[in-house]
Amino acid sequence: MCGLCGVFGGENHWSTHIEDPEQAHYERRRARAYRAELINRVLKPHRLVLEDFQAASFVIANATGKREIVQDLGGIWRQAELMTGRDIDPLDANFLASLS
Amino acid sequence: MNDKTPLLPVHVISGFLGSGKTTLLKSVLASEEFGDSAVLINEFGDVGLDNRLLGEIAEDAVLLSSGCVCCTIRGELSDALRRLMSQRQDGKIPPFKRIILETTGLADPGPIASTITADPVLRHHLRPGTNLTLVDALNATASHKLQPVWESQIAVADKLVISKVDLVDQAQLEEVQSLIDAINPAAQQLGQEALNQASDELFSSGPHIDHYSYSEVKTWLGPWRKPPVPNAASHLGDVQSFRLGFDGEVDWTCFGLWLSMLLNRHGSHIMRVKGVLHVQGDTRPVIIHGVQHTIHPPEHVAAWPEDDRISELIFITHGITAKCVTDSLNTFMTAVSNHPSPRIFHA
Repeated sequence: MCGLCGVFGGENHWSTHIEDPEQAHYERRRARAYRAELINRVLKPHRLVLEDFQAASFVIANATGKREIVQDLGGIWRQAELMTGRDIDPLDANFLASLS
Repeated sequence: MNDKTPLLPVHVISGFLGSGKTTLLKSVLASEEFGDSAVLINEFGDVGLDNRLLGEIAEDAVLLSSGCVCCTIRGELSDALRRLMSQRQDGKIPPFKRIILETTGLADPGPIASTITADPVLRHHLRPGTNLTLVDALNATASHKLQPVWESQIAVADKLVISKVDLVDQAQLEEVQSLIDAINPAAQQLGQEALNQASDELFSSGPHIDHYSYSEVKTWLGPWRKPPVPNAASHLGDVQSFRLGFDGEVDWTCFGLWLSMLLNRHGSHIMRVKGVLHVQGDTRPVIIHGVQHTIHPPEHVAAWPEDDRISELIFITHGITAKCVTDSLNTFMTAVSNHPSPRIFHA
């Protein structure tokens, strides 16, 4: 937990469960940074930016400066849809086209 | 992966009304092998009939009586499970090794897993176990036509038992087998004898299979290609089952993003996903297993064999085609990952 703001640390999303809990701290940080990099690649066409917050949660911001805290991947997509008012659908041809 | 006390499995016995769930549960509870089981029974209606039928065998059985386990009583299920764990910890009931939940015949068992994994207390003590579904051979075709939940019960099954086989002829039985094969080709079908003589085999499979050898994983996933099922496809409606193969290693982070997005938007139409992945930088196979919105914590299993490191995923969907999923995953991984993407193909 962050001693200043009281945010509980650690993701509990299924996608982080194959990471070895014994591995070095920097390895986990690197995996988390890579995850954030890829998420930003997906969110960029929606004019959203994701930032890591204390390695405990994430903050999504839109172009008008609105910021929301989310805990893990499941929360990120839901929040991104709320902030854009649009579905983020990986089966949608327009969404896939936006990635390239 | 988990260095804490082993989580206790919650096995689910499912099946449409009259398919023989209570008969099977009686057989299970009469068996010495399952003597250390706690039982939850979900009964729809004012009178818990099944609980009375079981009364002499399982006096401690807990009856969930206010509705169907898949929708109205998930809170009650959480409460009942917490109560059981609390009584176990206090020594008020014997230290059972598993919980067996019999659902009402009208329940979609899919959401039970998420009830356990989403509960902040339960997920530290319990894990989703094996989904065992009974299929009434006599009424399967009619149930399938009239009750959409019947398909869901088949789709989430790890194991299937066809009951009342003595009431149908060979042609009818083969038609039922073809139908359930078409819906869930990866489920293991047990013989009728499983109903009368409960054995370990009933609940020996499920999402937490880190003790599996690679050959057991392959058995769990079923044969790579099953012979086409004549006639069955025309009865399937929107339910589709298909298998994806991966030619190359998988960027786990990128795959996780894609699957979490897919489940966020289409979870209610992804009835089942399971498979084994060759993850980049990981020497051991990773097993993935999910039902609707819930993905169970992925597990590593024993090492790959030298000559077979093909990743594969099985999907059972409602209205989502193999081509749509394959194209999406190929495009997404190519566009988003920093690493070379595998070629993903529909087997």
